[in-house]
Parts: sequence; C-alpha cells; structure tokens
Amino acid sequence: MLNIPIKDHFRETRLFNARLSVIGVIILILIFSLLLRLIYLQVWAHRHYETLSQANRIKPIPLQPPRGLILDRNGVILAQNYPVYTLEIIPEQVDDMNSLLEEIGQVVKLNDTDLKNFRKQLRERPRFENLVLRSHLTEEEAARFAVKRPYFNGVELEARLRRHYPLTGLGVHFLGYVGRINEQEAEHLDKAAYRGMEHIGKLGLEASYEKVLLGRVGFENVETNAHGRSLRILERIAPVAGKNLYLSIDAKLQALAEQALGQRRGAIIALEPATGAILAFVSTPTYDPNPFVSGIDPTSYQGLLNDPNKPLINRALNGQYAPGSTIKAFLGLAALELDGFDPNRPVACPGWFSLPPNAHLFRDWKKGGHGAVNLHDAVVQSCDVYFYKLAVTMNIEAMKNFLAPFGFGAKTGVDIFNESEGILPSPEWKAARGQRWYPGETVITGIGQGSLLATPLQLASAMSALANHGIRMKPQLVHAIVDAKTQATQNITPEAYAEIPLKDKHHIDIEVQNLTDVVHSNRGTAYGIGYNAAYKIAGKTGTAQVKSVAQGQSYSEKATPERYRDHALFISFAPVNDPKVAIAVIVENGGHGGSAAAPIARKMMDHVILGSESTPVVKPAEENDE
Amino acid sequence: MDLQRLHLDKTLFFALLGLAAVSLFVVYSASAKDLSATLGHLMRLALGFMVLLLVAQIRPEILERWSPYIFGAGMVLLLAVLAMGVIGKGAQRWLNLGIVKFQPAEIMKLAVPMMLSWFLARGDVPPRLWRLGLSFVMMAIPAVMIVKQPDLGTALLVFGAGTFVLFLGGLRWRVIIILLAIIAVAAPFAWGHLHDYQRQRVLTLFNPEADPLGTGYHTIQSMIAVGSGGVYGKGWLNSSQAHLDYLPESSTDFIFAVFAEEFGLIGSLLLVLVYTFVVARGMLIAYLAKDTYTRLLAGSLSLTFFLYFFVNMGMVTGILPIVGIPLPMMSYGGSSIVTVMAAFGILMSIQTHRKIAE
Repeated sequence: MLNIPIKDHFRETRLFNARLSVIGVIILILIFSLLLRLIYLQVWAHRHYETLSQANRIKPIPLQPPRGLILDRNGVILAQNYPVYTLEIIPEQVDDMNSLLEEIGQVVKLNDTDLKNFRKQLRERPRFENLVLRSHLTEEEAARFAVKRPYFNGVELEARLRRHYPLTGLGVHFLGYVGRINEQEAEHLDKAAYRGMEHIGKLGLEASYEKVLLGRVGFENVETNAHGRSLRILERIAPVAGKNLYLSIDAKLQALAEQALGQRRGAIIALEPATGAILAFVSTPTYDPNPFVSGIDPTSYQGLLNDPNKPLINRALNGQYAPGSTIKAFLGLAALELDGFDPNRPVACPGWFSLPPNAHLFRDWKKGGHGAVNLHDAVVQSCDVYFYKLAVTMNIEAMKNFLAPFGFGAKTGVDIFNESEGILPSPEWKAARGQRWYPGETVITGIGQGSLLATPLQLASAMSALANHGIRMKPQLVHAIVDAKTQATQNITPEAYAEIPLKDKHHIDIEVQNLTDVVHSNRGTAYGIGYNAAYKIAGKTGTAQVKSVAQGQSYSEKATPERYRDHALFISFAPVNDPKVAIAVIVENGGHGGSAAAPIARKMMDHVILGSESTPVVKPAEENDE
Repeated sequence: MDLQRLHLDKTLFFALLGLAAVSLFVVYSASAKDLSATLGHLMRLALGFMVLLLVAQIRPEILERWSPYIFGAGMVLLLAVLAMGVIGKGAQRWLNLGIVKFQPAEIMKLAVPMMLSWFLARGDVPPRLWRLGLSFVMMAIPAVMIVKQPDLGTALLVFGAGTFVLFLGGLRWRVIIILLAIIAVAAPFAWGHLHDYQRQRVLTLFNPEADPLGTGYHTIQSMIAVGSGGVYGKGWLNSSQAHLDYLPESSTDFIFAVFAEEFGLIGSLLLVLVYTFVVARGMLIAYLAKDTYTRLLAGSLSLTFFLYFFVNMGMVTGILPIVGIPLPMMSYGGSSIVTVMAAFGILMSIQTHRKIAE
C-alpha cells in the first residue's frame, strides 16, 4: 500500500465515497418502496386480507384433465382412458401416518412396492397434494373401503383416468405409451402444467404429441374445516381435455401387415405418395404397451429386453438396413440422367466384375451372369454387374449427390421423435471417421451394400418420390388434431420437399416402366406377385447381406444359422398410373425379396386398392427370384 | 466487559443480539411451538456468534493475505461437490466431511468479495479493463457452478457480492451503461435458447398466478398472512396462517410473513428499520476504513446483507419473484447463519483493528 502515491489515494477515496452515496440513495428508495408495500398490505388492503384470512379454509386441489384420444383414419380407437379406483392420501391431514397405513392395510391389501412408491412421493410432493397409495382397486376392495371410509381422515377413494391401449400391441411402435413421470423428467418439465399428474408420454406419438394430448390441469378451491376436511367447493377452474389425434394410419391395414409378418422380425411402411400420409407403420415383433402405464414389473421388462427378437426396437424408425438391390430403383434413374449414357447399349454380364489393378472379384447373384443386358433388363433382372459398372462410371460423389434428394442419409422428418438417419456414405464421411475410401466401396454401393444404410421409412419415402413424379412428401402420422369439446379441427397440411432435380422429367416415366416390368414381365424378380394382379405395380426387390441392425451387436453373439440368412426387401407402389400407396417391406433373415417380402406388399395393396384381400397370391417357381 | 478489547463493534453487536433474540420468539411461533426446533435455532445462533467472535480477532491484513487461498480452496470444494453430483447422478450441494456436512457455496459468499477486493486493491482506480474482465470471470464461474447445483438464491447472492465490489471499486459509468445495453440486447437472444420448460419457470417466477397450485399458492398465502396482520398484528403465537398450515415454509423462507401477521405494521416497520440500521452501520465501517481492500470488502459485505433481507422481504410481500432466499438471522435452519455471522465478524475486525491502530 505504501508505494501508492498520495494523490491517487485521495482520488480513490473520493470515488469510493461517491459510489457509497449512490448506493445509499438506491437502498433508501428500495426500503421506502418496501415500506409502502407493507403499508399497502397491512393498512390499505388489510380488510381484504383479513376477510381472506378469516375465510381461509381454502385449499386448491388439482383436477386431472383427460388425455387426448388417439384414433385411426376411420375412427378406430388406438389409445383411450378408462377410470380406475385409486386410494389416495393427503399427508397434511394425517396425524400418524404409520398407524394409518397399518389400519388401511387391514381393509385393502398393500404390498411392499405400494408402500415404497408412496413413501417416495411423500418425500417429493407437497403435503397438501393427493398422493396415490394404491391403484387398480378391485370393485370389491373399493366397496369394502367405501364402507369404512368415515374412520379414515385424509384418505380418499378416487376414480382416476388411466391410459389404455385397447388393441394391445397393434401399432405400439408408432403409438408409444405413457408411463409414470420419473425424476429426470420431473427436472425438465413445466411444473405448473403437471400439478397432480402422474403420467407423461414416454415414446412414439404419446411422447411427440405430449403437449397436444396433455390438456390443461384445472383446480378446485375447496373450503375445509380446521382439520382440513373438505366442506364445499368454492371455485372450480375446469380442466381442459387434451386434444384428440386422428392418424392417417388404417388400423385394418396395420393389422393385416402385422399378421402377414407374423412371428418374423421385420418392418413395413405404407404411405400415400401424394401426401406422405402413413397408412401402416409396422415393426415386428410387437409388444403390449399396457403394462408400462402403471409401471411394468422388472421381470417382464427384463424379459422384453432380453428377448432375442428385440421387440422393443422400433425397426421401422431405427432399423438401419443395407438397401441391397432396391437401390437400383434409384440408380437406374441416375443412369438415365447421365450425359452420353446410352440405356439401350447392351453390357456384357459374365457373372463377375473386377476393378483392373485389383484382382478382387465382385460376383453377380446369378452364377454365370445375365448375358448381354441393357438398362431395362438390368433393372428387371436385377443384374449386379451392370450396376457395378454404372457405379464406377458415375463415381461415389455423383451417386451420393443423386441419392440425397431422395432422403437417404437424412431424417425423413416424420412426426415422431428419435428417428434414425441411415448412412449415405462418401469419401468425406469416411474421412471424418479417420478412414480411407477404397475404390471397391464405390463398386458395392452400386448394389446397395457396403456402408450405405437406410431405414424402412426412408426406403418407402424414397419410393414415394418416384410414384409422385419426383416430389417427395414429408411422412406424417397425424393428419388432424381435434378439440374433443368444440370439435375444432386443425388439419395438418402435407409438406413437400424440394423437387428432385432431373434433366428430363420423362426419365422418371422410363424408370417407372422398368420397375413395372420387375413385377409384370415374366423375367422380373417380383413376377410372382404381378402375374395375377388386377392393377399395375412398380417395385424393386432386394436381398441384403446380414449386417447388424441398429443397437444389434448382440445379434451376432447369439446368432443361430437362421440369423445369417439375408434380409428380404421389397419397395413398391401401385397402381402405376395413379399411385395410391407406396410400400417398403423388410423381412429380417427372410431370404429373397421377391418371395418373402413382395407377397406381403401385394396383400396390403389389395386391401388399399381393391378394398379386400380376396385375390389369392400364388407363389410360382422361384427361378426368377433374386 | 470491554467489547472493544474483544474486537467487537458495540453498536453492530447489540443490533445483531437484538435480532437474534427476536428470531427465537418468531421461530418458536412459526414452528408451531416446536421447542426442539427453537433450541436448534438457538444452537445455530450460538455457533454463529462464536464464529463472529473468532473471525473478529483476525487482523484485516491477514484476511487480505489469505483471500486468494480461501477463494482457491472454495473453488476446489465447489468442483468437488459438482463432481460428486455428476457421479451420484443428482443435484448435490453438500460436502460430507465425515463429521460435518457443509455447503461450499456458502464459503463463496465471503470468498468472492474477498478475492475481488484483494485483486482490485492491487491495481489502479478505477480499474483497467483487463482487471474488470478477470474479476468478472472470477465471480461468474462460481456463480454459474452454484446455479448448476441448483441453488439460484445463493448464486444470486454470490454474484451480487461480486458486483458490489466492482461497483464500489470504481467501475466506470460508461462501462456500466455498455454492460446494461449488452444485457438488454442479449436477453431476448438468450430467451430464444432456453428450453420450453425453463421459459415456463421464468414466466411463473414473474406471474405466480400461472401456477395456482405451486408458487402462486405460496405468494397468495404469504400476502394473506402479511395483510391480515394489520397495524397492530394478531399477537405473538396467533398467526392463523402458519398454524393452520396454509403458509408453506413458514419457519424458513416465509418466516417474515409470520412475523408480519403477528406483530403487524408496527412490528414490521421496526424490524425493517433494524435491518436497515445494520446495513447502514456496515456502510459506515466501509466509509471509515483506511485502505482499498478493507473498504471494498466492508462495503460489499454490508450491501450483500441488504440484498439478502430485501429479496426475502420482497418475495414475502409479493413484489419480487420467489427465488428461495431465507431471511438472514431470522429463518430457521440452513448453514447460512454461520456465513452471515462470519461476515459480521469481518466487518467488526475491520472496524476495531482500525481504531486500535489509531
């Protein structure tokens, strides 16, 4: 301190004192306003508050709003609410909690989980709120308690609304479910909006449309006596019911698709090309969401988790599969767009292909090859060698740039959370992971193998772009949000992505014709479903070498021989002249796309287009099967 | 007994003793005549006064020399608490040292103003820009860490203590205006980056009616308590709001509501005056202090005490949002009483050692 000059010291003191005075004035002003406030409350408004205090036997009690329903396009209910009896306790009205619990236990059975959950709530919730002691009382238990109710202070028998999924596992992967609010969720939600609420959407639409479905909590101001017993209701702000969701899903089609897959693992997306409306959204095996609502017991949950078929995985949304030959539906169009490319020039297919400096042989699925094939034949017969050569001619960058507008490697933007992006690989993509791009990878990308991965939703969405003349619509599950009380309807307008850039739009027609011949020409790989169809179908089969599904490392560990079989794929739309539906089917380890996946698509198309599934699907010889 | 010899400032000491005495009666009433709670409060007060006495013996020069180390130790403890929180997957405020549990955030209420006073005392007045910048970092980092715990109230007090040091240390008006302008511009931007639920919570702070079952209920019940007290009050032990359990947290954050209900406008005015008097005395000690470190520290500690009781009373009377700050000296529980008393110990040390030196 000694080396600071005197002059500075003075200046500093002056400055400090000036600042102290400024703050002094501010403090005086603030204290004065506090005093004014006290005078206002205690003198001016004293009468008002005195009255309130006298009459202060008022307690607010939250009123639970009914959650919005979820219905399919025809009004079939997929998620609803039903009343269950619950036993609830208001802690601040209870003098001796332990003996009360014991006494209740003699009337209604209470197990350890009930008591544990209750004690947990007791610690976390305000003392004036109703806490659930036991839910799902039987009629008999409810009656037994109702008789003895006068002996229990602070205990209420309430009929609460509980979420229920009447069609059990149907569509569980897009519906999701609600469950009890856990601690992490409690941290991140708007407390005021969830007073008295126990449940929150956890997955699927229940989570993604939580805000719409929730509604608004109401409350009652209840007059109580000095012991807190309710006397009468003074004020009631009614809860506002959550809005109902009408889906574009057709529950019948959904059921048909789920049954067609049966016990197999797989996924199906059916959507309307013109609007992006999703008609069916299937992932099998399914599971029953109802146990999750009141809290699934640990054993059942472990059972679902450890099931080798992984029912909890949403294959339609998160399953990332190599598209296999289905990618030719799009690369075929890319070939037509190439400068100086002659689609009619025959290319020799000896059954193998190699990249000159390297001795590695890339094989065709057909031993001996397809002979000389032009683009049309290569698509119809799914010639691999033709597309190996095309891939080399185009190069990986051009393929990536062509496929991106179809939605590969990006979320489709469907209206449920946690969609997977798939992978649209490129040298930059590999470089970002510290790896080199090998020329051979370009070759196999031409037949949809290698790093290229797509979700069933992406495949259906990409196919719908071909059906819709190059305009891809955002896939959408909810088509209207309806206020249950006023019937005010908010329709969701379909959204289009940027039109797929093409030099000549006529090229789509040529490609669609090639894809139609995949199904309807007797050399086509999907002729088995086309020869007796009453309408024209455009499609492409695919067979993908088994790779791990998302999160599926355990697959390889527990692999049985069946698990090493190829995945069967089929992407399609129909009718060709006026497409009503685009469908992507994936059957895990199903073998051939033409025989395992395509017949399922055909059944669904019959349902959508003919309104029946009457036409028998006969399976002819598998000679043409890829 | 010569208080001066014990390094106690007589005026301040008796004011604090008076507040402590009153608080015993209020806690007894607010806790619904819970004798063990009242005794617990008494024990805490006694501990507080012992800490005060102890701290008052430390010469300001020594405090000054220790400042950076105390700050460093405080930061380490804060980090430890945060790390434990991360490992334990939950909010964490307490550090369990085996025998005692304590809250490192409390230390920062003293360590931040000590550190900043030490730092500014080592440079020109008004401080240069780089010093200001560094000071800001030194107060903002602990404040953010405390918000993460999450303890909004304490973070506010720590940040406030730092701000007072900077302001008293001669932060130029120009800079103040620029900072205010930046905040005004940045606020809407930050608002856009908040999560939906965070925005909702901020809105509920300013509009309690939006949450009639939570904070709104607190505010309304506390205003009923204060208002129904009238000019003369309902008398000791007659707070119906607290006794019928309508007023939540009646013996902690909302204890002033019980006081105002029982002792009326006259009692509340007197209480506000005593608190203001304590702050004024602290500011006088700052004014009389002879060097930069002690005057900055004394000023900041006094003003933080003002912030403390003003925010609490403002929230009880419904003019400020509910942020969870107890009324110092008066509220039951918490480790804050010790920190507040240590701060007064520092003030007394600054005052008495100066006099002795003269």
